[in-house]
Amino acid sequence: MPMFLREASLKRHTVLDLLFRNLTRVSAFGVLVLLAAIIGSLVVGSMPTIRAFGFGFLTSSDWDPVNDQFGALIPIVGTLVTSAIALLIAIPVSFGIAIFLTELSPRVLRRPLGVAIELLAGIPSIIYGMWGLFVFAPLFAEHVEPWLNDHIGTMPYIGPFFSGPPMGIGMLAAGIILAIMVIPFIASVMRDVFEVVPTLLKESAYGLGATTWEVMWKVVLPYTKIGVVGGIMLGLGRALGETMAVTFVIGNAHELSKSLLMPGNSIASALANEFTEAYGELYTSALIELGLILFFITFVVLSLARYMLYKLGQREGQAS
Amino acid sequence: MTAENIANPKTTAPKIIVRDLNFYYGDFRALKDINLSITEKMVTAFIGPSGCGKSTLLRTFNRMYQLYPKQKATGEILLDGANILDKKQDLNMLRAKIGMVFQKPTPFPMSIYDNIAFGVKLCESLNKNDMDERVEWALRKAALWTEAKDKLKQSGTSLSGGQQQRLCIARAIAVKPQVLLLDEPTSALDPISTAHIEKLIDELKEDFTIVIVTHNMQQAARVSDYTAYMYLGDLIEFGDTSTVFTNPKRKETEDYITGRFG
Repeated sequence: MPMFLREASLKRHTVLDLLFRNLTRVSAFGVLVLLAAIIGSLVVGSMPTIRAFGFGFLTSSDWDPVNDQFGALIPIVGTLVTSAIALLIAIPVSFGIAIFLTELSPRVLRRPLGVAIELLAGIPSIIYGMWGLFVFAPLFAEHVEPWLNDHIGTMPYIGPFFSGPPMGIGMLAAGIILAIMVIPFIASVMRDVFEVVPTLLKESAYGLGATTWEVMWKVVLPYTKIGVVGGIMLGLGRALGETMAVTFVIGNAHELSKSLLMPGNSIASALANEFTEAYGELYTSALIELGLILFFITFVVLSLARYMLYKLGQREGQAS
Repeated sequence: MTAENIANPKTTAPKIIVRDLNFYYGDFRALKDINLSITEKMVTAFIGPSGCGKSTLLRTFNRMYQLYPKQKATGEILLDGANILDKKQDLNMLRAKIGMVFQKPTPFPMSIYDNIAFGVKLCESLNKNDMDERVEWALRKAALWTEAKDKLKQSGTSLSGGQQQRLCIARAIAVKPQVLLLDEPTSALDPISTAHIEKLIDELKEDFTIVIVTHNMQQAARVSDYTAYMYLGDLIEFGDTSTVFTNPKRKETEDYITGRFG
């Protein structure tokens, strides 16, 4: 009975399709459940410190495990400052790399340079950390920091940020190492999005007499802004959460200092360094709350990026 | 139109003179000893089958090929007597003098106003008032003002395809070029938008020297004063549009125009 067979096979298809749909649905919701579970356990774990210190935890620079006094200000500042330094350096450099690779580089150089950048992205962070501590920090202390002290450290307003003992390790060094680590991410994303810009669009701008810089800055960048911001966020995400490399060079000191040359601490490196020695409920809880804060910072940063894109879209006039 | 032409007698001076032009994509010779002249404030059309070199020839006039390695032109292209293929020729200056519109509309990702102001800002510094006037002038010239005047702040990409192409024409003429290069400007447009653009070309030749590349022979016959028929990198025939279409001198031209070939 061919008719019957066909019906049976159709029925089997319907069942399989249903199964397939539900499988994808379960996977998708699985992500949500996982996210909720992580947030939940972080919140539960940090309840003791939340109860003990409240919002004061965020604004206090105390970190005294002996007397059970904890505040997150120093690691929060350290995380934000090192990431900001990293982006400040990495964004323009990556933009330059991407422009060179897509517009200016001779064809024979494009592939090797592109591969080199991807390899740079693949180096484990511990290696950046070791290189930072053993190679970069001594050079930085000997050649760069004295110069900073002498030249920028004496300037009004920004001077205090750049004066201090030339130790090599510190917030600025950590920021620079982070910049080196995130450049490959941002640069390769920028290159990829620049490459898909229609040739005609670029030619139209060149055809009006625009220079390469004007074409890139005023036409290509606005055209690719979503991808570019995405690449920067990818880099920022890595910078905020980077642990090993930062631990090596930031100095791991719970001190708040105006100077970027002084050692500090970041959330991730505080967690990595102190979890093994955390005794007592409050100490552990303080570290878990640090984790929760890092999670929150990442969330805020991503939301800000979305908002920025929305605003840019409005200014361009997409929303009428 | 003809009545106006008689009222404003035009010069027949050549704006661009091409002498012994050869063009190479790597080793491939895409243009072979081209000689022709483009008359000022007239419309010159390049026609021919795909791959004949008509777009290549057009792109030598603003040296667009220079963006790509391994493409080179030899010979002379004289714009008002000065050779633009000369190494000393400033490219940005050249492109401000010779505007270009492409096969597809290419609005920049910015507002309609900024699209027009983009090119102007590159070579002139106008105050707000003058810029407003220039934008309005360009949009009026491109017959887009009535449709766009209430949404200058909106994105250029929000316009329809035909409007986008007129925006691109407005953007090109806002710089006040002397020559306008149109590379198959209506190939991506519907018949109504195409008619708009053709009417526009007729009006624009009052102010600009126009060179148009087209696949569409009827279009060439409708809009141009002179027609060049090209085939495989050779300029086969060049002359008055009416002569080329009604009484071609060469057999190849006749075959192409009557549809027996191509």
